[in-house]
Amino acid sequence: MSKLLSQQFYDEMKKLEPRYPTKVALLLPALHEAQKQFGWLPGEVMDEIGTYIGIHPAQVREVASFYTMYNLKPVGKYHLKICTNVACCLRGAEELVEHCEKKFGVKCGETTTDKRFTLMEEECLGACGTAPAMMLNDDYHENLTAAKLDQILASLPS
Amino acid sequence: MSESPQMFKPHFHEEARPLAYYLAKMNGYTALKKALPMPPEAIIEEMKKSNMRGRGGAGFPTGVKWGFIPKQSAKPKYLVCNADESEPGTFKDRDIMRYTPHLLIEGMVIGAHAIGAHAGYIYIRGEYTREAKLLNQAIEEAYANGYLGKNIQGSGFDFDLTVHRGAGAYICGEETALLNSLEGKRGEPRVKPPFPAQSGAFAGPTIVNNVETLAAVPMIINNGGEWFAKLGKLEKSGGTRLISVSGHVKNPGVYELPAGSVTIRELIYNVCGGVFGDKKLKAVIPGGSSAPVLTADEIDVIYDIEPLMKVGSMMGSAALMVVSEDYCVVKLLKRITKFYAHESCGQCTPCREGCKWMEDILHRIEDGHGREQDITLLLDIADNINGKTLCALGDAAAGPVSSFVKKFRADFEAHIRGGKCPNA
Ligand SMILES: Cc1cc2nc3c(=O)[nH]c(=O)nc-3n(C[C@H](O)[C@H](O)[C@H](O)COP(=O)(O)O)c2cc1C
Ligand code: SF4
Ligand code: FES
Repeated sequence: MSKLLSQQFYDEMKKLEPRYPTKVALLLPALHEAQKQFGWLPGEVMDEIGTYIGIHPAQVREVASFYTMYNLKPVGKYHLKICTNVACCLRGAEELVEHCEKKFGVKCGETTTDKRFTLMEEECLGACGTAPAMMLNDDYHENLTAAKLDQILASLPS
Repeated sequence: MSESPQMFKPHFHEEARPLAYYLAKMNGYTALKKALPMPPEAIIEEMKKSNMRGRGGAGFPTGVKWGFIPKQSAKPKYLVCNADESEPGTFKDRDIMRYTPHLLIEGMVIGAHAIGAHAGYIYIRGEYTREAKLLNQAIEEAYANGYLGKNIQGSGFDFDLTVHRGAGAYICGEETALLNSLEGKRGEPRVKPPFPAQSGAFAGPTIVNNVETLAAVPMIINNGGEWFAKLGKLEKSGGTRLISVSGHVKNPGVYELPAGSVTIRELIYNVCGGVFGDKKLKAVIPGGSSAPVLTADEIDVIYDIEPLMKVGSMMGSAALMVVSEDYCVVKLLKRITKFYAHESCGQCTPCREGCKWMEDILHRIEDGHGREQDITLLLDIADNINGKTLCALGDAAAGPVSSFVKKFRADFEAHIRGGKCPNA
């Protein structure tokens, strides 16, 4: 079976291996690294991780499905996660979500048909002092307003 | 208040991050040089004297906790930093990690020496990608300059430090769930005992401490435990506190104040500029969303661990959320409860079923389909969760429900009787 995971993945794992007394401890870092490569975690990729670590593929899935950051299905090129926890709601997060749902024509949890945007509600991001906050892929955007959000979206490369 | 020492806040800016700044402006790594020749017991003694109480939520005395680690152990010992910062309302640890990462690193090396650990992990919430990167850069600097790795500063002491990223699960802030997650498992809390100090990470004796707790260690060692203890205005609660203030205040943000030096009223109106839009204050959640709510009449309490416990709430992670009359408390409680229902790991029936049930009931009350008996039902369910679960998430979900329903009963009744939110 030819490998799906990149050389960079295997190099990164080699670097981390001596840091942990067990190989299973590499599972979360491995899932992060794989998701960096593919944008989500296809089944065959999780199988390859299982083989590399030496655990059953079912164990990989069991762990991956516990954590919300691992995408078990493909997501849009731009993944918006708008925090709607207490501090953000107090500062207008619900209006932001509505604004995006209208703008994209999708509900939270869905992806636009052109696969450009996935919209999600998120739990507290630890940015409550600069609420409302959201993540766009790996980056934080804080002190948001609908206008500011539109600006950010307009500046995204197609 | 201006003469009160601030150890963190003046350095919370981008320029403070590099090692050069840390060495020049923050007495960087001088505490480590002082601590390395000290016997471990002496460091633990200093921590006990400091009255440092863990900043993660439970407020457990740090020196006492470190003292639980067995001197001899067949298995390697570990020091783990809890950088999950997942309690809603909390955002102080993020500032420590992005602005003053070396404080945390130095604190961890000293802590590791005190408990005899040669490996440590910073378990950081997955969303903090940038902070993880910045921490890794600082760790590289520390390795390159002999503050981490083999034979630190020629002392013969070895310590390796690794950043381990979580992946979006609130429960991983609970220390035993965190340890499972570190080991590559689902983040489900473990049955205690054994406590981590006996059998923690990879079954070795382990100390788990919050970021702020560990980052304060260099200052305690440099200035002495007594100095730190005296910073606090109350007995048995030393140091300054980083307070995350959010919600309906004019100036939200991280504040640093001597422990026990202000009341909640002073904090809101004098320190944070008052309620947003000069609206009327409705409620205050004083210690992260798990903390039982306080009404506007209950804010003359001193903002510290013991005083808040006495009024039936808690300081938790020192995350104060301010709610004005502009937001419906029923809706707010529904949102809080949805969070706990979503984050319950599902191991215990009262927590798994109870949280979901409370969420559903609150949903129908908010929607205007609530029944008269729903109020008693909510209180019953909360009672049946409280104290009957494996970890404290159950209590964290029950506390807000009982307190909101009891203290704002009229708002809940108005929704039920009127069939809608009276202010909608
Ligand atoms: C559900 C739950 C979530 C928690 N989340 C955090 C957290 O995000 N950060 C943290 O430091 N402690 C958190 N704690 C507390 C930890 O279990 C632990 O007490 C703490 O990390 C110990 O560090 P300290 O003694 O320095 O406070 C949480 C506890 C529970 C029950
Ligand atoms: S109380 Fe809830 S979160 Fe904690 S172990 Fe039980 S089910 Fe899991
Ligand atoms: S509530 Fe939105 S970042 Fe904390």
